[in-house]
Amino acid sequence: MNYPGILETKQALGETTLIADPAHIVSLCRDLKHKENFLRLDTVTAVDWHPTEDPRFEVVYHLHSLGANPQVKVESRRLRVKCRISGTNPEIDSVTSVWRAANWYEREVFDMFGIGFRNHPNLTRILMPLDWEGHPLRKDYPVHGYKYSYAKD
Amino acid sequence: MKQPLEDHVATLAAVQERPATPSAPRRMTLNMGPQHPSTHGVLRIVIELEGETIVRAEPDIGFLHTGIEKQCEAINWAQVVTLTDRVDYLSNIGNNLVYALTVEKLLQMEIPPKAQWMRVMLAEIDRLNSHLVWLGTHALDIGAMSMFFYCFREREDILRLKEMFSGQRMMTSYIRPGGLALDAPRGWEKAVGKFIKQFPSKVDEYENLLDNNPIWKIRTQGVGYISLEDMLDLGVTGPMIRGAGVALDVRKTEPYSSYDKFNFKVATQTSNDVYGRYRVRLEEMRESAKIIVQAMEGMPEGPYQADAPHVVLPDREKMKTQMESLIYHFKIVTEGYRVPAGEAYVAVESPRGEIAYYAVSDGTAKPYRLHMRTPSFANLIALPTLLEGTLIADSIASLGSMDFVLGDTDR
Repeated sequence: MNYPGILETKQALGETTLIADPAHIVSLCRDLKHKENFLRLDTVTAVDWHPTEDPRFEVVYHLHSLGANPQVKVESRRLRVKCRISGTNPEIDSVTSVWRAANWYEREVFDMFGIGFRNHPNLTRILMPLDWEGHPLRKDYPVHGYKYSYAKD
Repeated sequence: MKQPLEDHVATLAAVQERPATPSAPRRMTLNMGPQHPSTHGVLRIVIELEGETIVRAEPDIGFLHTGIEKQCEAINWAQVVTLTDRVDYLSNIGNNLVYALTVEKLLQMEIPPKAQWMRVMLAEIDRLNSHLVWLGTHALDIGAMSMFFYCFREREDILRLKEMFSGQRMMTSYIRPGGLALDAPRGWEKAVGKFIKQFPSKVDEYENLLDNNPIWKIRTQGVGYISLEDMLDLGVTGPMIRGAGVALDVRKTEPYSSYDKFNFKVATQTSNDVYGRYRVRLEEMRESAKIIVQAMEGMPEGPYQADAPHVVLPDREKMKTQMESLIYHFKIVTEGYRVPAGEAYVAVESPRGEIAYYAVSDGTAKPYRLHMRTPSFANLIALPTLLEGTLIADSIASLGSMDFVLGDTDR
């Protein structure tokens, strides 16, 4: 595969990973969907590498192709696309214009990691309450803790 | 600080005060859930109605969010199995299985054939369990109340089987990285054989009860249409997409756990409505029963766990008599086992669709990141598209045909 925006291609454990340039993610996804038949977006998630690595976040897209003619025969093919983005004011372009499925997954990533998605139609929290502070899946967010104290002052 | 409830009350008041003019029909906002019985859990849908037609539906999820993905990062690889049970509590064996396969892929571990066949058999028993709960509750929503009792009668047998294998009726934790938790109990062939012998006739019974019921047909046929293009774009999998004629089934397309050695058909329908999805699930129950019979008849002999002492807990007897086993036992229980650095993405077919786990390891004894791509979350993305433009009375049938579990959605 050779499309603009691909920085590196890796093979491990029988899975293909493309490392992509965050600036070209939308055009790359459009190419993968229309030229490589990746009609389905399986999931979007992120990995926080704080504090060991810089850039801090990795946004991970899993794509799924059903082959040229899924109604006759399904030929399954999977692909992982990764983008590294910085920890200060993390932002990336939304791929909702390519697959509508990205809508909720990107909201989840925003909710859990605080990564912004430019041009997203409705970027609000999805799992946590709307007035929640912090982003739970970041590595500097504690697993345990009390926000409210029930002790009498 | 925002106060969503007050905002919501204000919106409701504003909507009700809007004057009714002939040119712009008055819209009503209807708050369905989170305690509505037919949402099967805590799903809230804000529906805007024009007359009886739904013009906008906005699902609101997260009421059952328990932070499972975050908790997984704090415990070791072996302990995560118990949390995977609680993701999709109606098909917990499928979740155990996909987690075990993900960790085994990272460990590059070979699983003995007996464990693989046992996994297939249990996963199919679990599919029956999930489909029975679905059929019973879905029919109850639409008004066929007696189905609920018939389906839960058979489900009770399945829960007893699960208890026989693992000691637990629902949260089994039976499939673990490296094989199974325990060897199959004495007399399992007889118990499973007795159940599976009479099960196909029960499916015929359900079919007779529903297909000879004109109300059932009127309420399901031609209801809940969603185009195939929309479904592919929105990431819908499982019986929903098979009801539109695409034989997308991970068991066939990417066989795992030796599913390629079993002879079964992928059930599809072309009607793409609530009735079609019901037919798909009914056929799947029949095919699952066939797979269980094949697994029982051809069950290989041999160990039920991989020969990997650093991952699999040693036999109790050996642990008490052999020094080496005692050391391995102590190491696994206290600090867990290390998983080589890397990442793996494994998908399996759950009763609801494709469930996939994405695990990232940094070489330590705890998962660095475990993402669960759950079918209920993915299918719910299509809910607005499914509901908008349909009648409010059909929304219950459409919702039920998706077969979502809110624990699976919110994790």
